[in-house]
Amino acid sequence: MATQDSVTGLVEPLLAGNRRALARAISQVEDEAADSHALLAALYPHTGRSHIVGVTGAPGTGKSTLVNALARAFRGEGKTVGIIAVDPTSPFSGGALLGDRVRMRDLAGDPGVFIRSMATRGSLGGLARATGDALSVLDAAGFDRILVETVGVGQAEIDIAAAAHTTVVVEAPGLGDEVQAIKAGVLEIADVFAVNKADRDGADHTMMALQMMQGLAPATQGHHRPASGHGHAEPGAQGDGSWLPPIVKTVAVRGEGVAQLAGWIERHREYLAATGQLSRREEARAANTLDHILRDRLLAELTQRLPDGYLRQVAGEIARREHDPYSVVDRILSAYGCP
Amino acid sequence: MADRKIRVLVAKPGLDGHDRGAKVVARALRDAGMEVIYTGIRQTPEMIAEAALQEDVDVVGLSILSGAHMALCPRIIELLRGQGLDDVVVLVGGIIPDDDVAPLREMGVKGVFGPGTSTQDIIDFIRREKGEPAPA
Repeated sequence: MATQDSVTGLVEPLLAGNRRALARAISQVEDEAADSHALLAALYPHTGRSHIVGVTGAPGTGKSTLVNALARAFRGEGKTVGIIAVDPTSPFSGGALLGDRVRMRDLAGDPGVFIRSMATRGSLGGLARATGDALSVLDAAGFDRILVETVGVGQAEIDIAAAAHTTVVVEAPGLGDEVQAIKAGVLEIADVFAVNKADRDGADHTMMALQMMQGLAPATQGHHRPASGHGHAEPGAQGDGSWLPPIVKTVAVRGEGVAQLAGWIERHREYLAATGQLSRREEARAANTLDHILRDRLLAELTQRLPDGYLRQVAGEIARREHDPYSVVDRILSAYGCP
Repeated sequence: MADRKIRVLVAKPGLDGHDRGAKVVARALRDAGMEVIYTGIRQTPEMIAEAALQEDVDVVGLSILSGAHMALCPRIIELLRGQGLDDVVVLVGGIIPDDDVAPLREMGVKGVFGPGTSTQDIIDFIRREKGEPAPA
């Protein structure tokens, strides 16, 4: 069978470490090619060994440079590193300019590193829809650590938390005040904070704002931590089994603080394994993946059953206030939905 | 739900640091709906071939203003082919004397675009090479 051949044609060399096969396989899942589901099925038993680290933060905080520096730190410990760098697709042209490699040129020529740029292709949560599948492909290819750099995010693009084991939220001085720091969203998903560009004015202020935000959280050990100064709970694993995200100052371009950041990522990995959180996160990841696939498939199946132009026609009816959207959906589901 | 995009690596090999042309082309290809991987200046042939492989691109666009195209192009093409990237379309833009165009094509460079080329010509060329019709 042709499909079987082309799938196994990629699977075996990929598992044997062939980089061309790896690159082709990522394209297959990214393009949702006809064979991509069979490919992922064949690779899935080989996944589950990589530690996946998400790196997220606002545009210009230095995510790419930090990913570059972290990859070097992991390489220094002899670990292989896969990188997925996500940049936005233009909602107008459908094209994208993927420029994260510019900051990762230090990694060129290292056979223990594989970098892939991905465009979001319409996805809004900070990752591409196929990022999860691309992670599975890199995982199967045997990388010890996978770094995922999200698009520059605002406040609520938190898909990365469901895709990664450890999420690093990158802040930089001068981006906002304490009120920004206590808003919901991206800051809540951090397992580790990096205050990058820490050589700039305002770095201490940013540190303090983050510490204060943590101080406002419900006490984890029966007492509130003060907003600043002495008497903090030590960051990291707490006595009650929870995790207090450490805040690490970095200057990624000079590599400062990067070893410490990499160290905290490793400690978080150990914490996840020791507390059983890892299997809980894996289950949550699986549930999230399942949810996405089900939604896509159900929508695709339903859309296929609709007559040509039907959705546009009823959208017009809704826009002209002839019907409300909920009644239209009820009508669609009773006429075309699953029996 | 297949969503195939043309992927293009835009790279500047060699030592000159004039990247405005490369950026203009990268932007135009983006606006034409392609996914452009931009790698910046001072790329070695090895870096370009490695990025082309990892990114699984359809097209490699080289911007060369230094006059070193007769040395850089064959090296890059050799490295691409050596990795099995036989189908990757290689284009060169920049300051290329007319006399060099035919030898470059012989080496495997599909398209040569000199000063004054409209970005639309490059877009059309790539679409033709990849067998994709221009959008209506």
